[in-house]
Amino acid sequence: MNDPKIEVRNVSKIFGKSPQQGVKMLNEGMTKKEILEKTGMTVGVNKASFKVYAGEIFVIMGLSGSGKSTLVRMFNRLIDPTSGEVLIDGQDIVKMKPKDLREVRRTKLGMVFQKFALFPHRTVLSNTEYGLEMRGIDKKTQREKAMEALRLVGLEGYENSYPSELSGGMQQRVGLARALANDPDILLMDEAFSALDPLIRKDMQNELLELQEKMEKTIIFITHDLDEALRLGDRIALMRDGSIVQIGTAEEILINPANDYVERFVEDVDLSKVLTAAHVMKRPEKLLAERGPRVALQIMKEVGISSVYIVDKGRKLIGAITAQDAADAVKNGKKIEEVMIRDIQTVSPDTLLTDLLECVATASLPVAVVDEENRLEGIIVRGAVLAALAGDEIQLNGKEVN
Amino acid sequence: MAIPKIPLAEWIDHFVNFLRDTLEPFFNLISDGIGSFVDLLVWLLTIIPPSILIILFTGIALWVSRWSTAIFTAIGLLLIYNLGYWDGTIDTLALVLTSVIISIVIGIPIGIGISQNDRARNIVTPILDFMQTMPAFVYLIPAILFFGIGVVPGIIASVIFAMPPTIRLSNLGIRQVPEDLIEAANAFGSTTKQKLLKVQLPLAMPTIMAGINQSVMLSLSMVVIASLVGAPGLGADVYRAVTQIKVGVGFEAGFVIVILAIILDRISQNIGIKK
Repeated sequence: MNDPKIEVRNVSKIFGKSPQQGVKMLNEGMTKKEILEKTGMTVGVNKASFKVYAGEIFVIMGLSGSGKSTLVRMFNRLIDPTSGEVLIDGQDIVKMKPKDLREVRRTKLGMVFQKFALFPHRTVLSNTEYGLEMRGIDKKTQREKAMEALRLVGLEGYENSYPSELSGGMQQRVGLARALANDPDILLMDEAFSALDPLIRKDMQNELLELQEKMEKTIIFITHDLDEALRLGDRIALMRDGSIVQIGTAEEILINPANDYVERFVEDVDLSKVLTAAHVMKRPEKLLAERGPRVALQIMKEVGISSVYIVDKGRKLIGAITAQDAADAVKNGKKIEEVMIRDIQTVSPDTLLTDLLECVATASLPVAVVDEENRLEGIIVRGAVLAALAGDEIQLNGKEVN
Repeated sequence: MAIPKIPLAEWIDHFVNFLRDTLEPFFNLISDGIGSFVDLLVWLLTIIPPSILIILFTGIALWVSRWSTAIFTAIGLLLIYNLGYWDGTIDTLALVLTSVIISIVIGIPIGIGISQNDRARNIVTPILDFMQTMPAFVYLIPAILFFGIGVVPGIIASVIFAMPPTIRLSNLGIRQVPEDLIEAANAFGSTTKQKLLKVQLPLAMPTIMAGINQSVMLSLSMVVIASLVGAPGLGADVYRAVTQIKVGVGFEAGFVIVILAIILDRISQNIGIKK
């Protein structure tokens, strides 16, 4: 990839009386607990270093008290780091003068808050205009851009309401619109969906992903919810006690937990929401229709299966034939096309297992995995799905989860 | 037990004399300024016929509050007129309004200032405690020395006594703005001034108005004390009744003060709430 959008170098935050001394102790290798016992100071973030690239959703995940909210606030210096550098487009914002910092906050960084943090005395529209107003942009442009942001989050028609008149989900849409109105490169989302109830949360996650396809912002998303991290994150950083324990894609973290902590964290993960059809599919036995039922029967006997998929010359799936039908066709001198089953359950390779379970369970034939052009990529048998859900790594085809 | 008495009284006398001698032009300026402002207010309230003034106040009450307050205002003011205390009421109203305006003009900026800075707050808070707990009569003595006899020292004493709630509640209101809103304001690149004007002050407004309401009430409670140094108005009527042991007149004047207090309270209480 190209240059990082954001680079965090060795950033620490110590809360207490003499933070610099705390940093020294961290550098000497003392743990958060030791420093707390010795000095009474709290280590918020412990030497975090990582890069975030343009256009990715970078999730920082951890339980409460792990320092994730402190970390995200150092990106726009709502909290000043005790030591370290935070580079945005190569500029260290830690060293910036207040005026330059304001400029970066106004143009490059948008933030969405856990408890929405909408201004109760301003209407939805006026909340959305806030960032533009701070920049001194003329009233007409403010209005246009704010209305555009509200349209983007689906809040047209609510611009004259006050935040207190809206539901939680809608309030957070205002929060999102307020952050988007400035058209910043980077969105900081601090537990943005955590205060919403589960169904609304899921809707918002989907909408964020949809928006992200259009906008291609760099998003730093803070959450304590692993499912949310796995759904949204291109990459995930796991935090514990102020330190980053592991950074990687969802799959890397699930399949190769860096240590016991990560393993414990992820052991309850619903694998069916992470693994896809591509992970569990098998190489299919396929056959050109012209080869005839006799060959079909032969192949099934050789491999020891009860059905085979029929494709055309372009590897496109056209049907399937069972051993029984093939035998009847041979007896009656029919062609494969006349007896094959054309109505076949197909799924795409990136279908999540959770969405696969029902059709795998009810299908009489193995489920076919096809690409966008209906070319047969693989088949899914029940056994492989169960093995994958049981956490059997051998079954996972070594595929990257996207 | 041979420790001599600390000559606190002498020190204060010296200090006050020193102030009076060195700052005389300054005190004269203030005295003239406040004096003409009160005169202007009284003149304004007097050239308007009582009937129109009553309608005006009733209208204001109706606008900021409920109709019941408006009715009370109308009946209360008519009663005051009927009892013959209209002129006294005008004088008192001018005195109260002037002290409240001064309290607002000085108090709100101080309140904003100490809300931004913990050290400033720690210095100002005990001064406010001092201003409120020191018996109000005591202010009258230096006030006479600096400003002479009349309405001005009465107003100064009222301001000293009535301003602290405005300062305290301005500070409190601004500090009570939820932290996440301050974070949001900062995150979107607000300057300190923008944050104050667009977020903190609007959200603190109900609390600040509660402070102003307190200041109105406290300065009204000072009218009798102010009359001791020659401020005209209802306070002077009460004071005269006391010295002449006229129970009925005393109650009448006191009753008028109560009516005025209720009207001012209801109106000032609701200004901040209803937009």
